[in-house]
Amino acid sequence: MIEIRDLTKRYGSFTALDHLNLSLEEGVVFGFVGANGAGKSTTFSILATLLSPTSGDALINGKSVIKEPKEVRKQIGYMPDFFGVYDQLKVDEYLDFYGASYGIVAAERKVLIPQLLELVKLTNKRHEYVDLLSRGMKQRLCLARALIHDPKVLILDEPASGLDPRARVEMRDILRNLKSMGKTILISSHILPELAEMCDEIGVIDNGKLIAHGNVASIQAQLKGEKRIVVKVTDRLNEVRAFLEEDPLISSIDVMDNRLEIAFNYRGTDDDQAALLKKAILANLPIYALSEEEKDLEDVFMAITKGADNQ
Amino acid sequence: MMERFNNPVFVKELKLRFRSFKSFSGLMFYLAVICIFIAGFLLITTEFTGKGFFRPETSFMMFAVLTILQMALILFITPSLTAGAISSEREKQTLNILLTTTQNSTQIIIGKLLSSVAFLVLMLIAGLPLYSLVFLFGGVSPSQLISIFLFYLLTVVAIGSIGVMFSTITKRTIVAMISTYGSIIFLGGITAFFFFLSMAFHQMGNAVGTGTSYMAYFWASINPGALMLTLTSSSMGDALVQVSGVKLPVWISYLIAYSLIIIVCLTIAIKKLRANMKSNR
Repeated sequence: MIEIRDLTKRYGSFTALDHLNLSLEEGVVFGFVGANGAGKSTTFSILATLLSPTSGDALINGKSVIKEPKEVRKQIGYMPDFFGVYDQLKVDEYLDFYGASYGIVAAERKVLIPQLLELVKLTNKRHEYVDLLSRGMKQRLCLARALIHDPKVLILDEPASGLDPRARVEMRDILRNLKSMGKTILISSHILPELAEMCDEIGVIDNGKLIAHGNVASIQAQLKGEKRIVVKVTDRLNEVRAFLEEDPLISSIDVMDNRLEIAFNYRGTDDDQAALLKKAILANLPIYALSEEEKDLEDVFMAITKGADNQ
Repeated sequence: MMERFNNPVFVKELKLRFRSFKSFSGLMFYLAVICIFIAGFLLITTEFTGKGFFRPETSFMMFAVLTILQMALILFITPSLTAGAISSEREKQTLNILLTTTQNSTQIIIGKLLSSVAFLVLMLIAGLPLYSLVFLFGGVSPSQLISIFLFYLLTVVAIGSIGVMFSTITKRTIVAMISTYGSIIFLGGITAFFFFLSMAFHQMGNAVGTGTSYMAYFWASINPGALMLTLTSSSMGDALVQVSGVKLPVWISYLIAYSLIIIVCLTIAIKKLRANMKSNR
């Protein structure tokens, strides 16, 4: 569905995108992760036919963003990271204008607009002025606008930025709905944990290069090697600590006195871990819980980008 | 069939324009200026008695001055309506969304221009009843009025195109506005200055009525004020023929020059709308 080939964008001596390659199947939800200025918005702008790449090309449903931008525009719904609305235009007029801009005839627009407003839960705001809506509502309205010509691909640049938790949840529900409709969705976000549960695939971009691409589990697996384990004890914290310090597979021990917890990095396999637990219990240590700290996408991202910096 | 000729930007712009208070206050200001002028003129010519007679020559005089005044008002108002066309969309962060729709650059630019022109036409029509007062007193033919209105329209579209062009190629509305007013000062003021300058140079070597000064003719032919003078009174046209030696009526050169301005400015605007794209398709 989406084929990005050797995409490069330079501004003078600054390289915003460096030979980016990426291929996505139809119906996939792709999360684009990266720090500010890593190249996410540049990539999305090129896909949205707003920016010509310095070299390389991108195909959306077989259409080149360079050679057939007009065809590409029919295939995509784009939501920029920052956008404004026209004041003195009402919600339904706003959608009507963009519908007309995509060449949808008036009769069809009349049917379509209530459906879209229903989808983004703005039906009761239909006759209100757009600039009086809250930020979350504007984001949803902008999403409805991006959907008006029924595009196959949605390009959403930071759709959840600046939203309060409730608005974020609403946005996520809508996106889940769109996913079930079979849309291919590209989404960039700073709120990484939320991306993780929505996305089929994740790409990590740093300094204009795609440094990791795969499903969430496989990216997390890239980090495997050391895990962080937390044990909870009822008493005798120092005794437990002394016991742990003897194990050569353990490093970076942190004792949290106030919570009676000890955290440490562990290099061993799962079998080693089982053996360690057994030994601890046989030694009569008052351990009542042992758990692996979940690494969320944020940690994954931090670890990967830190790795890239060190190279 | 209706849908085919439908320009969404045009429809939206008209909607927004007629909803804003600014448009109505502008229209009011425009009509007020004309009203004050006409009332003042009538009072002065009747020596503040409200009685007396009004000769056709006086009526013609009022018509001529009103024509120039209306032209000046148009030149003054057009930039404020067109210089924000694209740059204000950019400032409001709505341009990128508009550019990802399937409308092409030509449609967007023409829609923007036509909506501004439509408003100015409304202004001209709203002023027409006041303008037509001259018919009460005679001295002016309706065909003269029609040709003057057609040239108003041409000037509005040309200045509008300049405004839209600057609005497209500059990042900010204020810069576009200043550039457009600058162009008007050039067309309305500096050309007049150059006209007199080249006349003076020309007359240094020749007696009046001999030789031709294409330079002087050129500056006069692109000046809206000079055009209006020659349109209102044929003796003005004759005078220009006599001093410059060029027999071609000013309105023909004006038509050509301003049509060229429209074509050049709109072409630049359309090409530069998608400035970050190599092609403007």
